[in-house]
Amino acid sequence: MTPVELTVNGREVHLQLDPRTSLLDALREHLKLTGTKKGCDHGQCGACTVIVEGRRINSCLTLAVMHDGEQVTTIEGLGTPEALHPMQKAFVVHDGYQCGYCTPGQICSAVSVLEEIKAGVPSHVTENLDRVAFSEDEVRERMSGNICRCAAYSNIIAAISDVAGESKA
Amino acid sequence: MKPFTYERANSVEAAAKAAASVQGARFIAGGTNLLDLMKLQIETPTHLIDVNRLGLDRIEKTEEGGLRIGALVRNTDLAADTTVRRDYGVLSRALVAGASGQLRNKATTAGNLLQRTRCPYFYDIRMPCNKRKPGSGCGALKGMSRSLAILGVSDACIAQHPSDMAVAMRLLDAQVETMGADGTKRAIPIADFHLLPGETPHKETVLNAGEIITSVTLPKPVAGTHVYRKVRDRASYAFALVSVAAIFGKDGTARFAFGGIGAKPWRTAEADAAASEGAKAVAQAALAGARTTEHNDFKRPLVERTLASLYRQQEARA
Ligand SMILES: Cc1cc2nc3c(=O)[nH]c(=O)nc-3n(C[C@H](O)[C@H](O)[C@H](O)COP(=O)(O)OP(=O)(O)OC[C@H]3O[C@@H](n4cnc5c(N)ncnc54)[C@H](O)[C@@H]3O)c2cc1C
Ligand code: SF4
Ligand code: FES
Ligand code: FES
Repeated sequence: MTPVELTVNGREVHLQLDPRTSLLDALREHLKLTGTKKGCDHGQCGACTVIVEGRRINSCLTLAVMHDGEQVTTIEGLGTPEALHPMQKAFVVHDGYQCGYCTPGQICSAVSVLEEIKAGVPSHVTENLDRVAFSEDEVRERMSGNICRCAAYSNIIAAISDVAGESKA
Repeated sequence: MKPFTYERANSVEAAAKAAASVQGARFIAGGTNLLDLMKLQIETPTHLIDVNRLGLDRIEKTEEGGLRIGALVRNTDLAADTTVRRDYGVLSRALVAGASGQLRNKATTAGNLLQRTRCPYFYDIRMPCNKRKPGSGCGALKGMSRSLAILGVSDACIAQHPSDMAVAMRLLDAQVETMGADGTKRAIPIADFHLLPGETPHKETVLNAGEIITSVTLPKPVAGTHVYRKVRDRASYAFALVSVAAIFGKDGTARFAFGGIGAKPWRTAEADAAASEGAKAVAQAALAGARTTEHNDFKRPLVERTLASLYRQQEARA
């Protein structure tokens, strides 16, 4: 067992983990934060997306021990049912889900996507590498690591665009 | 996953030494390839050496006017770096054509170069595979080989090198800088870094036991239009069937490197020399010695068409 200290959603936690424990399993099985979902467990679906040190990653393809001392934000930390994060609210308003299984990952990813665009990180559809700006095509490309079995894609794009509009205003 | 012990290395020297002295030890960087393979027990390291906090995450200018990219620079950061975007556009383009935003946030320069093939038989431990289990045979040769390589292949293995980034690195004549277990440093031209399968497809690079990649250097920028065109089964988040990295110069010269078709990132002097003759000639030169199967023969015309499309785009720009 290896000691691991994390700050999850602002709360410091101390765990003793088998080094094999993925960050995803640490969150779900040890901390009982079951908002983050396990889909494929192989980096292919995005259901496990969380934000670590300000960046979205697949929590299934990383070991908890590798994140000792780091800050993790999960869907539970973005907002609460009483005080939803704007992205959570937009997903509700725009019906950005059906079964909801992929939704925590979609929302964590979406929050980061808008930050990545703001930070000027280019994507595959960015025409001019020096001019990174919001567009629906940009969102589609940047969200391609989040698969939705219910195919709520168009409403997901609407939700993200809504939040992007709000943040511009 | 098989049990393993874990350590966080304190220095590059210590990491290399530990890797050489512990039987079955491996470095772990982003973990996006290694952990995937460990879950499937295709990789079974007994000891993991975490190289994430060794300060190998910087991008700096070299004295020669090029760029030194730390082994642990994340794919996202490399693609977004202002110098890379301005002077090595083909590298930015190749990076963002690969994987997903989440994966690129973790994936590192060294890990990307060392990612293993996506051959479906390599991934299925019930199947024969010379790369995974030397001497067991090759399931792909007479099986589903649609995604696999047509250049540099052997009777033992026809696996493709899956990286997009490495194709751009090959185009740019990158060098891989390493430190050995005894502290010796060397710089390996990327052309020599990956090995062809031959009789020993399980040997994929020239790295020695314990040798750690510290950085990758790029020579001075190459002027011209930098492009990376990736053809795949989906518009996003899929490996290349064929990809072409190219730099078109103003004087009609060009250089090309290819992904999805080679046992390693593919580039030939003959293809570059044929640049002024157009797509067909370049494709012919690049595909010299190609060996296809019934399932992946489509890659030959696809290479030519991808090149033709790039030429047309280039003419439209001029
Ligand atoms: C669903 C999915 C889709 C993908 N799609 C694409 C794609 O379209 N295009 C593409 O190019 N890639 C794609 N990838 C692969 C991805 O790019 C690689 O997984 C990633 O680049 C590996 O980097 P890493 O740092 O995570 O490596 P790790 O998994 O940490 O390591 C990989 C290997 O490198 C070794 N290593 C790491 N660092 C060092 C070092 N400094 N010195 C020596 N050895 C080292 C490790 O021991 C290991 O053997 C995809 C991956 C997934 C899971
Ligand atoms: S092509 Fe190579 S990796 Fe694929 S089954 Fe054959 S030996 Fe294994
Ligand atoms: S569970 Fe992590 S990507 Fe699917
Ligand atoms: S809402 Fe059901 S998988 Fe996306």
